[in-house]
Amino acid sequence: MKFSVTVTLKKEVLDPQGTVVEKTLKNMGYSNIENIRQGKYFEIEINESNKENAKKIIEEICNKLLTNMVIEDYSINFN
Amino acid sequence: MKASVVVFPGSNCDRDIAVALEKFQIKNEMVWHNETNLPKSDLVVLPGGFSYGDYLRTGCIASKSKILNEVIKHGKNGGLILGVCNGFQILIESGLLPGALLRNTKLKFLSKNVFLKVLNTNNNFCSNYKNKNIINLPIAHNEGNFFADTELLKKLEDNNLIAFKYCDENGKIESNSNPNGSLNNIAGILNDKKNILGMMPHPERVIDPYLSGEDGSIMFTSLLKSH
Repeated sequence: MKFSVTVTLKKEVLDPQGTVVEKTLKNMGYSNIENIRQGKYFEIEINESNKENAKKIIEEICNKLLTNMVIEDYSINFN
Repeated sequence: MKASVVVFPGSNCDRDIAVALEKFQIKNEMVWHNETNLPKSDLVVLPGGFSYGDYLRTGCIASKSKILNEVIKHGKNGGLILGVCNGFQILIESGLLPGALLRNTKLKFLSKNVFLKVLNTNNNFCSNYKNKNIINLPIAHNEGNFFADTELLKKLEDNNLIAFKYCDENGKIESNSNPNGSLNNIAGILNDKKNILGMMPHPERVIDPYLSGEDGSIMFTSLLKSH
């Protein structure tokens, strides 16, 4: 079973890398671009046939390792 | 006094810390990250460097290494822990200290000397800074931008758990003297019991009057006095 996880900085946390990408795009002429946030993307394969069990494990992984809950949020996608 | 310096793959200030400890007659043992036993120690040091290549988040992978379980136990039992630079990042990722360390706001690796104000001298790491509370130490980091939510920030300020703040040479704490965007100019914090200190600047690099100065020596003499 395959999952993907996206980790991004929480809204209230300043994201200087996202800001630089946004400013660069504006300099390149994309004047209508606003609010870019940079994040991380994980593709995870799990040897588990029950989707609910798998999702539970992925959530646990997100909380324990992939995300620093002080500054980041995650979202899980089932592919 | 006995110390253990934990060595992770990618640590690069471990030898500097060892030299500093030895200079101040603190017996030291290097401990590899895969060990499951911590030698009997009064002080555990998590050194600077780039443990595990800074993969995932700085200090994150090191915070899950085998020896960290023992380091956490040591800290919970009141043992002293000093985390410098990457060591501070590991302390935060392991939950021994609160908050987070983000990338420097200007996205640059900073390697320079900074002035610091010592705000709490009522702990085993900083007691000898009573007579000198504006000091000059080097920083060398890319992720030293301390972040905390409003509640935590208030708690740190109200309970006097901020050990060091970036300042100018006269001790003035303002945004101009903040190198990395840290909230309230925070450079180092203590836990509630004040037996754990995490800091971005490097005291171990300032222990020689001929090469660098002795502003870092004061931390080691404070530690020695505590045991």
